[in-house]
Amino acid sequence: MRAPLRYARLFRVQLKASTLTLLQYRFDFFTEGLLEVLWAATALVPLFVVFRDRSQVAGWTLGEALLVVGWFTLLQGVLEGAINPALTSVVEHIRKGTLDFVLLKPADAQFLVSTARFAPWRATNVITALAIFAYSFHLLGRRPSADGIFLAALLLASSTLLLYSLWILTVSAAFYVVRVDNLTFLFGAIFDAARWPSSVFRGLLSVVFTFVIPLALMTTYPALALLGKLSAGAAGAALAGSLLFAGAARAVWLAAIGRYTSAGG
Amino acid sequence: MASVASTVRALPALFRIGFAQAVAYRAEFLVWVLSTTMPLIMLALWSAVARDAPVGRFGQREFVAYFLATFVVRQLTSSWVSWQMNYEIRHGVLAMRLLRPVHPMIAYAAENLAAQPLRLVVAVPVALIALSSVGAAMLPRDPLLWLVWGVALLGGWLITYLASFAIGSLAFFLESSIKAMDVWLTLFFVFSGYMIPVELFPPTVRSIASWLPFRYQIGFPVELLTSAHGRAQALTLLLAQWAWVAALGAAALLLWRRGVRTFEAYGG
Repeated sequence: MRAPLRYARLFRVQLKASTLTLLQYRFDFFTEGLLEVLWAATALVPLFVVFRDRSQVAGWTLGEALLVVGWFTLLQGVLEGAINPALTSVVEHIRKGTLDFVLLKPADAQFLVSTARFAPWRATNVITALAIFAYSFHLLGRRPSADGIFLAALLLASSTLLLYSLWILTVSAAFYVVRVDNLTFLFGAIFDAARWPSSVFRGLLSVVFTFVIPLALMTTYPALALLGKLSAGAAGAALAGSLLFAGAARAVWLAAIGRYTSAGG
Repeated sequence: MASVASTVRALPALFRIGFAQAVAYRAEFLVWVLSTTMPLIMLALWSAVARDAPVGRFGQREFVAYFLATFVVRQLTSSWVSWQMNYEIRHGVLAMRLLRPVHPMIAYAAENLAAQPLRLVVAVPVALIALSSVGAAMLPRDPLLWLVWGVALLGGWLITYLASFAIGSLAFFLESSIKAMDVWLTLFFVFSGYMIPVELFPPTVRSIASWLPFRYQIGFPVELLTSAHGRAQALTLLLAQWAWVAALGAAALLLWRRGVRTFEAYGG
């Protein structure tokens, strides 16, 4: 039973190290936070323009659509605060061959590379998201039910797991094709589609965003859960799906790291 | 300014180098181009809106035309010079560039423009898709407007490039001006017509957008392509656009001259 405790301590050390590194660039640290708020605001502008002369779009009212944007902001914080920085660092390790040093350490390599770098200023995204949630429930004129909040929290865990698994798959690709750092931008660009309720998309795109790159599961489902419109069955399926996805990603990672040939490989 | 002739002679070589660089990193370049998904994401939202009822003069067809044109214009007017300058100033690589007898403003411009043929590889098919799904009816008939469009596209690229160059020059004074570029980009996303056609804004925001430079980067050329303006209005807007080109050009040169004096090539 010592292992989980040891990993929790290791996690704390890694997080502290990234925070200290970032505090060296204090100016960046604060401007980044402010900038995040500005970015989140750009996501809201189109909605306010769209809902200026009508009350419903694709079956969603402004208050409901804002909930989706809130989840989008929250998950973007997770993606760019905890997932992308580590991706950039592990890709660098693989290219330079310095991943050797990570592999030599007496801890799980996947754990070490996943927690190598954080961008703590993205915590502002959480605050922004909470503000958006508060505002949208103010517009809706009611409060979320306790069940809804519980279900949404579960779905938050499953979306984080999904994002993380997609990340592990991308990193695994780095063992084969080396240059994947700008894939983070591509993924970020695709993830932008998650800012709208999934019913906005029609035809092929809606299938892709539910099953292939499950963006609908990440933002629309939790929003529906908060509204009390998501069935327990759908939530269960989303959870099971993300666990399955994570298992597959772990298997791919183990296979990929077996192919690592150190510097020049 | 005796170097004008030698600069002109150097241009073909600069273009060849820039093109070769873009081709050498073609996979990476393609990923960058594919990352321009925002117009398509906005298209999804706006066509869902237009499914119920049109917004202003925009029905679903008009939105398809508008946002595919936005995608194409964005490809043709983009520039990454401020990231390049930030890198080169911080790593001291800029020292090599300063040794060459070509003004860096020209050299960077040539490198950036040289990648355009590769961008066309993606932009032309998108333009053809737009044309086949919407038809040519929305394109302007007046040859003068086509001429204005050509000049406006150049102006749009120049605004993007010069603003990017000016912000890149800020890296001489700050440790990194990438944050400043991010602020510029955020404003650009909102006010340029990239996410929302400028004419759909409420009147006050619309008039603010006409005074800011962003609309002239993307929105104006796109509006011309989708026949939003008559001759008189098009020419007035063109004048405003080139006023911004002149202002940003002056600002970029000034910042560069001030900044390059403080350059110490640390670590180079």
